[in-house]
Amino acid sequence: MNTEILGIVFTFTATILLALPVGKYIAKVYSGESTLLDPVFNPLEQLFFRLSGINSATGMTWKQHLYAMLTINLVWFFVCFLVLTNQSWLPLNPDGNPSMTPDLAFNTAISFLVNCNLQHYSGESGVSYLSQLMLMFLQFVSAGVGLAVGAMVFNALKERQTDQLGNFYDYFLKSCTRILLPLSVIVAIILVFNGTPMTFEGKDTITTLQGDTVQVSRGPAAAFVAIKHIGTNGGGFFGANSAHPLENPNYLTNMVELFAQMIIPLAMIFALGYYLKRRRLSYMIFGVMTIGFLLLAIPTVISEMNGSPAINKLGISQTAGAMEGKEVRFGAAISGFWSIATTVISTGSVNSMHDSSMPMSGAMQMLSMMINAIYGGCGVGILNFYVFIILAVFISGLMVGRTPEFLGKKVEAREVKIAAFIAILHPLLILSGTALSSYFTSHNTAMAYWFSGNATGWLNNPSYHGFSEMLYEYTSSAANNGSGFEGLSDNNPFWNLSTGIILLLGRFIPIIGPVAIAGLLARKKYIPESAGTLQTDTATFGIMVFAVICIIAALSFFPALALGPLAEYFSM
Amino acid sequence: MKSTILASVKLTAICLVFFSVVYPAFIWAVAQVSPNQGKGFVVHAEQSSNKGSGDYYTNIAQSFTEDKYFWNRPSAVGYNAAGSAGSNKGPSNAEYLKQVSERIDTFMVHHPYLSRKEVPAEMVTASGSGLDPDISVQSANVQVKRIATARHLEEKKVQELVRLQTQKPLLGIFGPSKINVLQLNMALDQIR
Repeated sequence: MNTEILGIVFTFTATILLALPVGKYIAKVYSGESTLLDPVFNPLEQLFFRLSGINSATGMTWKQHLYAMLTINLVWFFVCFLVLTNQSWLPLNPDGNPSMTPDLAFNTAISFLVNCNLQHYSGESGVSYLSQLMLMFLQFVSAGVGLAVGAMVFNALKERQTDQLGNFYDYFLKSCTRILLPLSVIVAIILVFNGTPMTFEGKDTITTLQGDTVQVSRGPAAAFVAIKHIGTNGGGFFGANSAHPLENPNYLTNMVELFAQMIIPLAMIFALGYYLKRRRLSYMIFGVMTIGFLLLAIPTVISEMNGSPAINKLGISQTAGAMEGKEVRFGAAISGFWSIATTVISTGSVNSMHDSSMPMSGAMQMLSMMINAIYGGCGVGILNFYVFIILAVFISGLMVGRTPEFLGKKVEAREVKIAAFIAILHPLLILSGTALSSYFTSHNTAMAYWFSGNATGWLNNPSYHGFSEMLYEYTSSAANNGSGFEGLSDNNPFWNLSTGIILLLGRFIPIIGPVAIAGLLARKKYIPESAGTLQTDTATFGIMVFAVICIIAALSFFPALALGPLAEYFSM
Repeated sequence: MKSTILASVKLTAICLVFFSVVYPAFIWAVAQVSPNQGKGFVVHAEQSSNKGSGDYYTNIAQSFTEDKYFWNRPSAVGYNAAGSAGSNKGPSNAEYLKQVSERIDTFMVHHPYLSRKEVPAEMVTASGSGLDPDISVQSANVQVKRIATARHLEEKKVQELVRLQTQKPLLGIFGPSKINVLQLNMALDQIR
């Protein structure tokens, strides 16, 4: 078999196999069972809690969870905003990079806070090393928050009838120290020994073999790149993200980084099964997600390997596939695969430039983020899927004429309303943003303060592809993904503020919704399973969930996709 | 209210120290025993026919324009590693296709022995980072004759060098074969 395909198959299979033990470990961490790392982390966490005056043993209701979570997020936002707007004179700035403008700092701070890592700056010239470390802190804690609310929902699903759903700080800190940190250390060490820099020295100046003088940016990249993937953050240390030869030096590191971004989302699915002692439920979820993933990934890999029809018309040899925006050491196949892995999961790191992907791949990348419930980001992926489960339970309950139940709890009007609202919010955010920017573009509006020049100036490509650039940007923001059709000129008040607001809404409302549903359900009386109970861990129910996802995503987004990537596909 | 904010601030401060200072310091310490102390892999330049000197970054592409060197792929950032980016041109962009067409013509002028359908697409399309240090075996092979002529070497000798410098897929089974252009060119300079 083709070595490029073999590389994909091996990486994907190995990740799934490793996700099983990691999932078991995560379930142990959240249920408080003893693990190998206890001797290290028990005293450490106790120290952290004593110093900050938190009693990590107090139970919290779902509302108290949300309150604690939102408060600490607010603190992080202000700290990060201050660092970014003052980085020019703060220490650890060997390259003398300037401070961020307030609108860019607003966007960047939010974007890292919400686990998105949309970057309207380039790492080499836009941030100091201090800011990089600050952003790396957010990469840890934002992933930790996602996992913590995931754990709270796990707890709510398990308990028979209760208000007390564990302690937010406890789940949060354990997620950071016991799950994210050990995996990051392993990945960072592999990266360091494969050529990713980990130094605090600034740019190096070299004279090339031909006698030109160029500079080479460096920095503490290895530590950053590890957590950027383990925490499904995706923000690049350098501008070109994981396409950069220092950030992702060879095929091995590429496999490791792919593994690193997929491991926790996959493991969380299995962790749910171990935690609830309902393994069949997690196999159902895994099955639905994996079928969806393959349906998105396979057409992408094929279209990238086939290459560009427009380049074929120029009459040259395109045996390696579509190579514009790609790197030779990875090749077209795994670059296509990565582009789907990074968009279904909310990583958003790229090892090829999505703006130059084939139209079919662009459509698949956007669809991945529009569905936003396949594997998904750290913790939040399973929350998004949970919303679709609730909808599917409700719809199938109506179809067979039974009271809808999920895990022994009656799903009633209030929960379904919340779920429906969350499901509709995602298209609403994406399509309103795209409609607004498209309106300005089609009228070529003079944007004054909001953008230097007329609106069409922010596009790097004309026609259908230009529309795709705007659609992709808002899709990526609402899905908290962070990748982009990077040709778009997005470092200006219009894009910084509009995507910043969508980032916030797209992060916190889809967390609040499922947490509320789970909290409300946990309070209800437990109804033991009977012959009349709708089975939710069967293939039939899996198909039902899959259908609900397809209908919601396809119906809401098909028109927008038709105007962008599909129109481009049929015009080439 | 006040106690929640205070607890959040304190926990933030402690986590900042742990995840932004202790963790990177640990990775930095590990990096001190890695090749070149975590400053990126370098290859030392022998003082031979080249005009430059000192160390080169193995993984960072350099601009090669002279006929006697193997060329890298086109770069959207002019091979300046103080930045990095792709062209971000969409596949149906007419202006972009015109630019590729011009690159093909230029490539054909320097390689008059090639027919148009032998020109590898990767040599006329920009890489993702603008710093792609590698080319495929096919892309090296088509340049062999030009280099042999410019250096007055036997074609066979240059071809042999390409064969030696080819890096096989990982463990022989994963991913594409590739050639690091900088190392190939440095080896080329060693031939007397």
